[in-house]
Amino acid sequence: MSGALIPDPTAPLTPSGNLRRRQLVSRSAEIAATGAAVLALAALAWVLWTVVSRGAPVVSLDFIFKGYPEGVGPMLLGTLAIAVYATLIAMPVGVLVALYISEYSGARGARALKLILDLLNGLPSIILGLFAFIFIVAPQQKQTAFAGAVALAIIELPLIARGSQEVLQLVPKHLREASDALGVARWRTVLSVILPSALGGIVTSTVLAVARAAGETAPLILTTSSGDVKSFSINPFEALPNVPTWIFKVSEEGSETGYAEAWGMSLVLVFIILVTSLGARALLARSKRKLSSS
Amino acid sequence: MSVSSPAAARAPGHGARVSLLRKRADRLGDRGIFAICLLAALLATGTIVLVGYQIVHGAMPAIDKFGLGFVTDTTWQPNFGRFGAGVLLFGTAVTSGFALLLGGPIAIAIGLFLTLLAPKSLAAVVGPLVELLAAIPSVILGFWGLVVLAPFLQEHVEPFLHDSFGFIPIFGEPQTTGLSVFTASLILTIMVIPIIASISRDLFRSVPPELQDGAAALGATRWEVVRGIVLPTTTNGVVAACILGLGRALGEAIAVSQVIGAGSEITSNLFAPGSTLAAQIALQFPGALTELHKASLFYCGVILLVIGLLANLAAGWIGRRFSYGGAVNW
Repeated sequence: MSGALIPDPTAPLTPSGNLRRRQLVSRSAEIAATGAAVLALAALAWVLWTVVSRGAPVVSLDFIFKGYPEGVGPMLLGTLAIAVYATLIAMPVGVLVALYISEYSGARGARALKLILDLLNGLPSIILGLFAFIFIVAPQQKQTAFAGAVALAIIELPLIARGSQEVLQLVPKHLREASDALGVARWRTVLSVILPSALGGIVTSTVLAVARAAGETAPLILTTSSGDVKSFSINPFEALPNVPTWIFKVSEEGSETGYAEAWGMSLVLVFIILVTSLGARALLARSKRKLSSS
Repeated sequence: MSVSSPAAARAPGHGARVSLLRKRADRLGDRGIFAICLLAALLATGTIVLVGYQIVHGAMPAIDKFGLGFVTDTTWQPNFGRFGAGVLLFGTAVTSGFALLLGGPIAIAIGLFLTLLAPKSLAAVVGPLVELLAAIPSVILGFWGLVVLAPFLQEHVEPFLHDSFGFIPIFGEPQTTGLSVFTASLILTIMVIPIIASISRDLFRSVPPELQDGAAALGATRWEVVRGIVLPTTTNGVVAACILGLGRALGEAIAVSQVIGAGSEITSNLFAPGSTLAAQIALQFPGALTELHKASLFYCGVILLVIGLLANLAAGWIGRRFSYGGAVNW
């Protein structure tokens, strides 16, 4: 009679029935989540492997430093120049906006400004290309690297401002208070205490923004897609050849030699972008940790 | 700040003058730095207004000619001066919707994997690697899609899907090039995954561990902890992350234009070429000859701008309780 209630002592210690089903569901969910991560890594590996295996045979010192058609030096130099001009425009504005948010605006103003920065960040880059075209290229009747730099600067601005503002907010309160207690004026505190202690984070945020902007293509095809590919130039008031628009052009034309060059350029660009963004990320994490712990 | 300079010690009146000067300098400095900071903030605000104004301004001829009917009109014939964004809007909706449907769950699963499953040391490697996907320039991803992914899909995946699931109209007859709405959607999927994954990872990290431990102590399995605790507490943020990803997919011009094949018809077949608002601008603007053609592309830009701003506002509104910037609160 009681045999049904007392569990069989010789039964194996494995779950059965409902528990078994629940554990099975949980186990499959774990496998699915791991599979998702593996899938994303596989996509990354596939893309990078293609870029490396097809780009490596093409890349050489001549490829990097000589003019077209022996190499693609002018495009690389053009990309660098446009990125530098964009950063020269975006960095001062971005850092000042960040300072305004962290030092001057109240909570309300900060929220409004952060919303505006997020909206700027969410603008599709092709829109910024259209903007630079109608605002700068159309009135002058010619493409300029400057117009492209303005569009890229608008892409960099919210990234630099948000990044810097996060770092500025981490500057320890006691540093400001110590400065105040010594009777130091606000602006001296900002210039000699707050900015220097946040400098590392600001610079790395900027580098991340540059890495993001360097690969942008959409604004450049409307503002600086032509340009002399044989001679080296950094003149902002003419169209400069650059890597992204060249790859885009090649992919539209579809010639085999063009493909080989494009893979070579992709490799150089991806290498620079990945190395700088990985490095900057590590440095940013370190300087944030340092600030939070001090 | 040398409080006791030798000069001050020698002449009291002189010292007072110095401190008066310094006070003036400080006032000037305070105001100056405030003013330039304010100026920068106004510049950032002005930029977004100016961008909006200029895009609408550029679209004006097309807006005057076609009015709101442009949005639903499905003819796009530059040679006859007839333009409508219906096909493009459809293509945009299909590609980004597909990318979100496929990429969203994968990205959320990656977020869960990084927070709950992976050992810390593994998560510290896998997390940044997934984010690296976002660092690959879109033109290179699109080039890869054109040269590698499209032929692969055309040879292996599309025929298989057509043969096995051909009774569903979206898996129609594959084309010869592999340049299709399907390929574009997959490229967009790759682009939205890192965005949604990194935001949802940060979200899941913010779920109080005592809640999760409590559920586990009551006998919940890992999946039940996720289903009962982690996902319900972060729903808002996850939805906001998905909308942000959607916004990114809607606005992607370059990679899509490289692999979508520039079709001009509305079709239910995913394996047929198509076009999107953003891709149309990238493809046709450099070669646009007439003012009306350019203005129509600007009109596409206006639509894109409106959708993009709405998506971002919605994401901000839904996810307001959570800061996706990281450790800093709104």
